[in-house]
Order: sequence, then C-alpha cells, then structure tokens
Amino acid sequence: MRPDWTIYLTFLGAGLILLLPRDAKNLIRWVALATGLAGLTVGLTGYFHYNDSFRDLIARTGSGFWHVVNVPWIPAIGAHYHLALDGINFPLVILNGFVCVTGILFSWNIETRTKEFFAFFLTLIAGVYGVFMAMDLFLLFVFYELAIIPKYFIIAIWGSTRKEYGAMKLVLYSFVGSALVFIGMLAIFFAAGGHSFDLLELAKTPVGRQVQIWVFPLIFAGFAVLAGMWPFHTWAPTGHVAAPTAASMLLAGVVMKLGSYGCFRAAMLLMPAGLEYWKWTIAVLAVIGIIYGAAVALVQKDFKFIIGYSSVSHMGFVLLGLATLNVTGMSGAVLQMFSHGIVASLLFAVVGRMVYDRTHTRQLDELGGLAKVIPFAAVTFVIAGAASMGMPGFSGFVAEIQVLIGAFQMSPWLAVSAAVGIPVTVAYILNALNKVFLDRDDAGHHGDGQDAHPTLPPISLPEIVAGVVLMALLVIIGLYPSIMLDMIKANVELFLKGLP
Amino acid sequence: MNSPGLPYLSLITFLPLAGALVVLLLRQDRAIKVTALAASIGSLLLTLCVWSRYQASAGMMFVERYPWIAALKVDYHLGVDGLSVAMVLLTAVITPLALLAHWKLDRDVKLFFFLFLLLQTGMFGVFTALNFFHWFIYWELGLIPMFFLIRFWGAEERTYASFKFFLYTLAGSVAMLLAFAVLYLKTGTLDFLELRQLAAVKPLVEGAFAKWLFWGVFLGFAIKVPIWPFHTWLPDAHTQAPTGGSMVLAAILLKMGVYGFLRVVLPIFPEQVAAHLPVLLYLTLASIILGAFAALAQTDFKRLVAYSSVNHMGYAMLGIFAATAAGDFNDRAAALNGAMLQMFNHGISSAALFFLVGVIYERTHTRQLADYGGLRKIMPVYAGVLGISMFSSLGLPGLNGFVGEFMIFKGAFSLVTGWAVAATVGLVVTALFLLNMIEKVCFGPLNEKWKGLPDLTGRELVIGAVLMFFMFGIGVYPAPLIDAANVAVMELVKLF
Repeated sequence: MRPDWTIYLTFLGAGLILLLPRDAKNLIRWVALATGLAGLTVGLTGYFHYNDSFRDLIARTGSGFWHVVNVPWIPAIGAHYHLALDGINFPLVILNGFVCVTGILFSWNIETRTKEFFAFFLTLIAGVYGVFMAMDLFLLFVFYELAIIPKYFIIAIWGSTRKEYGAMKLVLYSFVGSALVFIGMLAIFFAAGGHSFDLLELAKTPVGRQVQIWVFPLIFAGFAVLAGMWPFHTWAPTGHVAAPTAASMLLAGVVMKLGSYGCFRAAMLLMPAGLEYWKWTIAVLAVIGIIYGAAVALVQKDFKFIIGYSSVSHMGFVLLGLATLNVTGMSGAVLQMFSHGIVASLLFAVVGRMVYDRTHTRQLDELGGLAKVIPFAAVTFVIAGAASMGMPGFSGFVAEIQVLIGAFQMSPWLAVSAAVGIPVTVAYILNALNKVFLDRDDAGHHGDGQDAHPTLPPISLPEIVAGVVLMALLVIIGLYPSIMLDMIKANVELFLKGLP
Repeated sequence: MNSPGLPYLSLITFLPLAGALVVLLLRQDRAIKVTALAASIGSLLLTLCVWSRYQASAGMMFVERYPWIAALKVDYHLGVDGLSVAMVLLTAVITPLALLAHWKLDRDVKLFFFLFLLLQTGMFGVFTALNFFHWFIYWELGLIPMFFLIRFWGAEERTYASFKFFLYTLAGSVAMLLAFAVLYLKTGTLDFLELRQLAAVKPLVEGAFAKWLFWGVFLGFAIKVPIWPFHTWLPDAHTQAPTGGSMVLAAILLKMGVYGFLRVVLPIFPEQVAAHLPVLLYLTLASIILGAFAALAQTDFKRLVAYSSVNHMGYAMLGIFAATAAGDFNDRAAALNGAMLQMFNHGISSAALFFLVGVIYERTHTRQLADYGGLRKIMPVYAGVLGISMFSSLGLPGLNGFVGEFMIFKGAFSLVTGWAVAATVGLVVTALFLLNMIEKVCFGPLNEKWKGLPDLTGRELVIGAVLMFFMFGIGVYPAPLIDAANVAVMELVKLF
C-alpha cells in the first residue's frame, strides 16, 4: 500500500469511531489501536521499501524524492495534491506512527468522552502525516491547520492544570505562527510569479535575495514557534502541562517536530539566500534555547514542567543542527527530531500516565520512593532520562554528537556553549529521578515510600507494551543508527548540493 | 584484519551482559547469585585463554573489526595489546571477587547483581574497544550501574555522593566528547589506532586550538583517574559505595582514566603532552603529596583508603609523564613499565583494602578508626591479611607494590629529578598513614564492644587468598606482566 494511505486510513479510523456508539468504549479503543497500527504498518513497509531503494532513486533521478502522488488540485492557484517522501520526512512519518500507537495505548484508561477523544486524536495524527508528506506549500498549510484544531479540544476537554489557559495560549501561539507562515507563503507565491505552490518547483527558482531576506524570518519564525524555539517557546511548558498524557506525547513528540520540519521544508528549502543571511541568528537562538531550557528545568518543582522545559532544550539541538548547513550537523538535527520524539513521548508517558494518573500530584516534594511502588515507571524514566542526557548507546547520543560536530564546523563557540547544556540536563534528570523515584525510600532503608502511596494501581499491560516499544526504538537507533542515518544523510547531501 | 577463531573479546565482554539478562528472569536469590558469579567466572576463564595465547610481540591481537555505522565511518573494532591486556585480566579477576564479597546480600539482590554484571560489560568494553564511538558507549555504561550501586546500597550520604560522582564524570565526558568531535572533523575518523597513526605523522590539530582539545580530553580522563584537583568526587563516592562497588571503583574504574592517557592522550597528543609537561607533573605531584597528607588526616577508615587511591594513582601518572620527558630511552621505558605495573598492583591492593574495610564495617557498623583497636587479638587472620595488603600498598619489597613503584622512581629520578625527589615526600607520608591505619585498627587495647567478633569466614578468606596470591606472585615474579606490556610500552615511548 502506498504511504499516503497512512493519511486516509487514519482519517477513516477517526470517521469510523464517530459512527460507533459512545458507550462501546472498548470497541472504540480497539478501533483506534487498529487504525494506529494500520498506519504504522503502511508507513513501515514504505520505509523499508524506500530504505532499500533510495540510493538507486538518487542515482537515477538526481533527487531522493519518492513522488507518491502528484495531481492538480486547485488549478486556479496552481495548488497540487503532491505528496512525496525522502530520507528527511520518512523518519518523521515513522515517528508519527509510533507515537500514535503508543499514545493510544497510554490513553487506554480514558473514560470521559472516550469516543470524541480518540476521534480528535486520530484526526490530529492524520493531519500530521499530511504535513510531513505534503510537497505543496498550500497543501502543507491545510494539513497544518487541520492538526491545530483537534489539539485545542484535546487539551481544553481532557487536560488538567489550568487547561483552558494552556489550550488557549497554545492555540493563540499556533495561530500567530500560522499567520506568519501564511503571509510568507503568499509573498513567496507572488514573488515567484504566482504559478505554483509546489515546493520543489518553487525551490528550483528561488525568489530574489531581498525578498528572501524579508520573507525567510516570517516563515521560519512561524514554524519555529511550534518547534519551541527560544524566545517563542513559552506556549510549550504550559501547553504540555495542561495537556492530557497522550496529547503532551503528541505535542512534544510530533507537533514540535512539525515546527522544525516546517522550518526546514518551507523556509530553508525555498529561501537559500535568506537562510544564509539568518543562519547565525538561528544558531544563537538555538543555543540560548538549549541552555535556557535546561537551566529552567533544573529549578522546576512540577515534574511535568521539568519535562516540558527539557523539550525546549532538546529542540534547540534540532534548530542548531539545521542552522549549521553541513551534512553532519543537519543529519544530526533530523535524527534528533526522531530521537527526541521518542524520548519526549516516553518521558511524558511516565509523568502523565504512570505517575500523575496514579498519584494525582506532580509536585516533586510530594512524590518520592515510587521506584518501589511502580518499578516499571522508574526503569522507563531511567532509560528515557539516559537517552535524554545523551548517553551513548541511545539514539540521542548519535544525534547530539553530530549536531555538536556540525556546530563546531560553524563555530567552536556554538558547540562549546551547546555542550554546556548537557551536564545541566544530567543534573535535572538526576534531580527528578531522586525526588520522584528514589528519595524517601532508598530500597527499603526507611520505607516510607510505601506508606506515602500505599495503594497505587500496578502498571497496566498497555503501558508496558507501549513503554517497551519506545525504549526498544531508542536502543535500536542508538546502536544501529544506519537504518535511519544513511537515508537522512543522502538527502541532506542533496539538499546542500542544491544550495548556491 | 580479523583474527581467525573465536571472537574472544566479544565473548568476554558480552558474557556478563548475557548473565545480567538471565538474572532478570530468575526469582530465587541464590540462583541469581550463582548465575552472576558463573557469568563473571566464565569471562575470567575466557580471559585466561586470551592471556595464555597473548604474545606481546604480536601487537594488537584478537582483533575483531566489522563495519558498523557507515555515516560516521565507525567500525566495531576490538583488540588487546600490551596496554590493555593486563587491564582485561584485572577486570576479570576483581569482579567475581566483588560479587563474592556481597554473597550475603539480602536486599534487592536481583537488581544488585544485574547492575554489577552490566558494569562488568562496561569495564571490559572500555579496555577492548578501539573506536571512540564504540568505546564511549562502554565508558558511560560504567557510570549508570555505579550510580545506582552507590545510590541504593550506599551509606548515609549516598544521595549526595552518587550525584556528585555522576555529574563530575559526565562533565569530564562532555569535554572529551567535544574534543573528539573536533578530531573527527579534522581527521574523519574516530578510530584510536588510526588517530595514533595520523598523529605520528604530524599534529592532528594545529595552532592555539590544539591546546584546548588537549585539555578537553585531559579533563575527561583526569576526573576519572583522578588527578588533583579533580579528585573531590572520589572520597565521597568510595566512602559511600557498598564494598563491592568500592572495590571495583578503585581497582578498575580509576584505571579506565589512566588507560585513557595511554591509549588516547599520549599517542594522539604527543606534542601537547611535551609542551605542558611541567603543568602535568605539577598536578601529579599535588595528587601524590596532597593525597597522602589527606589520607593521613582521615579518621574514617574507608575515607583513608580512598585518599590513598588518589596518592597511588599519582605514582602511576608520575611514571607516565616522566616517560614523556627528554632522556634515556631505557629510563623512560622503565618509568612507563612501572606505571603499567602500578595500575595492576593498585587494582589488587586497593581491592583488598576496600574489601577488608567492608568486612570490618559489616561486623561493627562503624568506619571510625578510633572505634577499632586491638582487633589482632580476636581476628588474627583478618589482621594478617590486612597487614599484607597494607604492606603491598606501601610498597614493601617482596610484595607487588614495590616493583612498580621502584621502576617508576628509577626512571623518574633521572628524567624529572626535581619532581621525583619531591614525590618521595609522598612515599614517606604513604608509609606513615598506612602504618597509622594498621596500628589504629589492629593494635592497642581491644575495644570491649568487639569481644565476640568472628574472624574471616571461609568465603572471605577465599577473596583474601586470591588477592594475596597476586600480591606475592607479582612481588616475586613480575616478569609475565612486564613482558606483556613491554613491547607496547616501548612503542609508546618511541613517540616522544
């Protein structure tokens, strides 16, 4: 089945759920899971097919794109229904598939308005698939907007702390971002002659340098808002905290990647001169984000805020890698998108599903000793935390070392400053590990961990399955990054070759 | 490229990991302990095969090399030579003893033995992996289990000590990682041997920048050794760690730092080492003397042994840096050979001392020297083993410590005379604090509280006996260890 079926199948699943009776909660869950799995399977089959053939494809066509479908859509404005895949968006499509399936598993316990929840959830996922595959600016924008709406409802209805505020802030930021993108998009369209929105067409004949310098920051910043780039990041921690578990997994796992992917596909691809002009600004902001995010995470009292700020810090690596404009740095950035997608999903699953749903508190001071009570959560946190701090053997390391190498090529100061973020990351992860899982318990020394939470329900099977899948991905990519890195690198090389 | 036959080194490295996974599936404490010990002893037997087939003149042996990550030009590349083969042996010997020291453990047995085996895989990997990427996985793999060993089974201040241990080591690793990122940029390889070959032709990085790279890598290893003033994590970590953790930490983890100097710093930055020799010697001297005086001032038995490690690793570093100074080739080879031997010897004697501290702590639940006294009367065997270990650590002729330190000083006296003379102050203080220690523990009036303390049990005696076998064996006949290292040592000395 062609990879674009990920989109259609997921929409179909959402539609099917709407037809089901609202009391058939288990049926709804299983339909959602089946949809997620179907999408993932289609994606993975395509992925391995592409992985086998991308070298041929590049040798034969000179471009790494697998054009899945390309038909005229709105001829009046030259919009095409054009979906294509290459080594850069394919890992993200796969990421979306995994986050979807595991997100559904981690939401298995949702009892309020189950039907609407999964319908929104799948709509969001389908939109994200669309954004990643769209090779037409107009189409990309449509999918992008399609993903924002369900996000609002998911947070506002199923969220927790200050959920209306968090949801509203997130949506406002997203809309401001999309407005910027929209303006930039039109500017490009008209400056290029108003014939086509096709990204690859537009990339072939870039608009004038002055236009690029003005338009680039609009589109880039518009997407960077969603990527959590400092100083546009403030929606991220509050949004993450307000969101229910599955939504924060999606937000940090894939929606932030939408942002960074958009930065790459829309801004960087179309405006090489603008990129050249602004790359230092991006790099410096990215480094500030890395350090700022980590430092702020260190002083948080709320477990979920720690993870929220850590996402800001890790997305800084993605943006820094993209700004380096060399093969190593950019490949690292793309791999970091995948890696952080998995890590963030796991961490939010631990915080939201495994801990908060059981203890109903996220305050570090009130938690403690959970390693004895829910050991699986502790193990998951240790592994995700190790991946997050860039421990070798996990995917984060392969990504971050490449970003650092790339950044070094750009300027040693960037690399050194970014590296400062790593020990700080270690400090906040260990701090959270101690406060949430170890303190007040210490493997039976004092044992009041058990007293504090005497009757926590055990970790359920869906949680274990989902957790194990994500952890396995971290290790597989960490130890054998070639299955992803080869195609990423080949396509990054093509992109860089296309730059003037 | 690949040696025919069994992939010995991979087997040695992954057998403990396999054991760790089996341990996870077991339920009975006894079965867990037996499995863990069996995995560890299996690695030991394989290591003995490697040791018996190892030929010093053959250079890198038991090489395994397969393509791994094409995008970063990383190979799965393993091998042992004179620099590492003794360290593999040391790891293989000490780990089962450390496991045996915890045979009576009754709290979270599964987790403990799981972590310990994981740690062993990490340690083997550090000494056999020859590609930075690959090697770094093991380097950090040692960190996580040790963190939890201290955090879960440590003494009162375990939270602070484990945090400090982790953060210090990791900060060093980040500095090293950055430096290797640059080396990769400049050379396009992360392979230790290829980097060494390239560096032998001309400096890998030129200009003021080279200095920063050097200090970055230096920091990563210096924290691990540890060299003054980066040692402050060590007394905390050692003191708080459980007995087996301290044994392995002192005997093997510290050697990873020294090994890094031999495998990476000296071959890859020869001109930088030469340029900064006075600073390096100064730091080394500070480790020796301040470590010794700090040990002298301790009232806590375990902390004293911990500071003695700072002091003893200082001697090893003195040998290494002296070997890079200008001077007679034989003197330099002697100093470096001495340092190699000192690494192994310190592994044996520090493991013995930490084990003996653990034995007495288990019985008395105090580590204060002032609380002991006169134990010789009720625990004569214990006192005997402690005495021998103490003399081994002190460098008494006839025991292992002597040969290494003698060779280091023999070389250093003519190469870096002033520094060596100053370091002898350390030797005197080393003798002082060790004698002071044994006097406080074993001699004097017996504290009434300890009247009924049992002497070493059979299991404890086995651990002591194995370690003493090495103390006497190397003391009398150090040739096998020196021969194993000598060729690699001379190759290394030739770079300067």
